[in-house]
Amino acid sequence: MANQRLQSDVVVVGAGPAGIAAACMAAENGRKVSVVDNSPWLGGQIWRGATAHSAHGLAGHWIDRLKKSGVSVMSNATAFAAPSSHVLLAETPDGVLELSWKKLILATGARERFLPFPGWTLPGVMGPGGLYAMVKSGWPIARKRVVVAGSGPLLLAAADGLKQAGASVGLLAEQADWGQVLRFGMGLWRYPGKLLQGAGMKARLLGVPYRCGRWPVKVEGTARVERVTLTDGSRSWTEDCDYLACGFHLVPNVELPCLLGCAIANGFVRVSEFHLTSVPEVFCAGEPTGIGGADSALVEGQVAGLAAAEAWDRARSFFSRRAAWQRFQASLHQAFALRPELRQLAAPDTFVCRCEDVRLADLKRCDSLRSARLHTRCGMGSCQGRTCGPAVQFLFGWEEDSVRPPLFPVRLASLTDVSSPLDKHRLETDKSSRT
Amino acid sequence: MRDHLTISVNGKAVSVPPGTILAAAVAQAGVSPFRTSVCGEPRGPLCGMGVCFECCVTINGKAYSRSCLTLCEEGMEVRTNG
Repeated sequence: MANQRLQSDVVVVGAGPAGIAAACMAAENGRKVSVVDNSPWLGGQIWRGATAHSAHGLAGHWIDRLKKSGVSVMSNATAFAAPSSHVLLAETPDGVLELSWKKLILATGARERFLPFPGWTLPGVMGPGGLYAMVKSGWPIARKRVVVAGSGPLLLAAADGLKQAGASVGLLAEQADWGQVLRFGMGLWRYPGKLLQGAGMKARLLGVPYRCGRWPVKVEGTARVERVTLTDGSRSWTEDCDYLACGFHLVPNVELPCLLGCAIANGFVRVSEFHLTSVPEVFCAGEPTGIGGADSALVEGQVAGLAAAEAWDRARSFFSRRAAWQRFQASLHQAFALRPELRQLAAPDTFVCRCEDVRLADLKRCDSLRSARLHTRCGMGSCQGRTCGPAVQFLFGWEEDSVRPPLFPVRLASLTDVSSPLDKHRLETDKSSRT
Repeated sequence: MRDHLTISVNGKAVSVPPGTILAAAVAQAGVSPFRTSVCGEPRGPLCGMGVCFECCVTINGKAYSRSCLTLCEEGMEVRTNG
């Protein structure tokens, strides 16, 4: 395994819309920029499958711009530790990258929120965004019967994409009430493009019933999904399907910001108007600062990239657009708030932690994430609590209180090859907080 | 660039276009589950974006590799852990 050292003025983590926009802005303002991303492609999850030549105009434009900007892009590189204050380690298929930076921009994106209910661990239950992303990369979906359920505008985008790929989408069940969703839809005229986007999807989805105030309660099947039972709170019914695409809106990926010591407020990374976090020279943009989608992330990424390059006036020129997207983030948050009934879906024997197969009944004997870790191994498997963490946060109100390196499972060689202990930075922080 | 490449999933040959993600090729081969959980339950991909580790398979002898973050390469030998 080889260690590769790379010095940059600006390192960007994440090559989705926020990361690409940030990297372009910093590079176009004369900075030496490197981008690391854990996937083999550019564009993050939202622009997955888009290339500079594809029909997706905005994604194509930005990916093309990144390629022309002289930014070094490191794909297949997973950031897993920050051993000292201006160094980040990333694992690649060939070894470890030691990235030193003067300014760091975290554009780590979001993931889908999953909630446990009986049968949710059966193969064929997937996140709507996840299933759609895989379909874009060749997952066979033609003529398969799909029920889309959960919450958030991603359900519509996923149902639209799956239908276009030849799936038979029988139902789109949104847990939020119709009134909430309607108010959100009525407010969309304020945001450029969103209304058209919505109208286009609605037209293409004609024939797929979009039902609000409905949610899944049970999945059944012998070796994989065969049917799902849904409810509207008073009546339940069963739909036969090959896939249940179910996710409850999005949660931000804040593990790396937490590891670096960035302050978190209400689950999101706290940033200044220039997207500076509480840690000097560390910026954050896109979903980790508030769930708003690609357009919102693009604006935030540009502000962060310009600020990292100290182009303050140009960064300021985006402030009014950014304020509009922050209002959009707030209305999304309100419209797709989770209903309390979803806390009652899991049965005592339902697995909550999928990595360690920890059941709801085991967790009910614990009073915090820490005691759940100690007594049940909940959140201690390979996903390191990324899947069950948001679920137990919703079910029990348990907050994450400890993020430690390595942030992802890495090869032993990746740990032995690095020159300093992974936890050095943390040890110093702990020491200083104790004195 | 060739228009198809061939990989082997549990000894079965699968032909896919370049750019196909490994998890998709495993699904195209009709193989399920991807892995068996600690209690012996069948599991398959959940998140599709490298978060949940439910799609882990053995790729060219390297255990515990996320098939949703791996592009298919000619001659790849894949074993599921089901």
